[in-house]
Amino acid sequence: MISLAHYIVLGAVLFCIAVAGMFINRKNVIVLLMSIELMLLAVNMNFVAFSRFLGDVAGQVFVFFILTVAAAEAAIGLAILVLLFRTRSTINIADIDSMKG
Amino acid sequence: MNPQLLQLICFYAFGFVTAAAALSVITLKNSVHAVLALVLTFFSAACLWLLLEAEFLALALIVVYVGAVMVLFLFVVMMLDIDQEKLREGFVKFLPVGLIVAAVMLVEMLGLIGVRAMQAKVMGADPALAAGMSNNTEWLGHALYTKFLLPFEIAALILTVGIVAAVALTLRERRDARYESASQQVKVNPRDRVRIVKMAAVRPDEPTAPQEPQP
Repeated sequence: MISLAHYIVLGAVLFCIAVAGMFINRKNVIVLLMSIELMLLAVNMNFVAFSRFLGDVAGQVFVFFILTVAAAEAAIGLAILVLLFRTRSTINIADIDSMKG
Repeated sequence: MNPQLLQLICFYAFGFVTAAAALSVITLKNSVHAVLALVLTFFSAACLWLLLEAEFLALALIVVYVGAVMVLFLFVVMMLDIDQEKLREGFVKFLPVGLIVAAVMLVEMLGLIGVRAMQAKVMGADPALAAGMSNNTEWLGHALYTKFLLPFEIAALILTVGIVAAVALTLRERRDARYESASQQVKVNPRDRVRIVKMAAVRPDEPTAPQEPQP
């Protein structure tokens, strides 16, 4: 029998993989963006599972909106990435330090 | 075979593929391969959502993510000329830190979920059928177009803003290319191009020496 906990554990595993990806690929913007997508997928997995097991449609509606916002975010993020590469000809985060933050 | 056992086997198979593909997303050397692994992750996640009877979202995930967002990623990754070796610097250095943080987070989350929860909640009847709808898509559509109509419209607005922002960010005027400006062509006035000068007709001066007849 599949239970709610199965899906939540899978979501937790995906989220932790994404966090580890952020740590070990901190130079590569593209992999960082992909890690964000993985995190969103983990959250969506939890939302869908809760919606199914609790019988509430709001969870699936929320996943719909997360997908919309994530698509817009990916488009704008990649546009910024292309712009960055065009002006600095690098996507290495270590080289992008002109703001000295 | 018992259908519930079959479901469980499918869950473990898809879940294993999802986790393995997610791991290869963050560890693969080549960014193109990482994007392809992410496609596999999304696809198997969509299969898991199908197991949850969330058919609309599963197909939307494939159409929107695998079909559009991942292709966009692939375009950008292949378009940019990236020095892969330079970007891999620090991979080994940060590997222990990342692993420790991820493991601690995982243990914490599993502690929150609890072991007893594994048996607590079992999948009941399809909530869409329980709500009197014929399928999941109808269930979702009813909610979207009644209770969540305003957020739905705002989502459309967000997508429009996304398009405008992406185009505005990446559009550039090239200095070395020649452009036609249609609005300037339409706006042009004949009086700016040709000037007609009125002047009195004058007889040219008499030549000093008679010219030789042309052959």
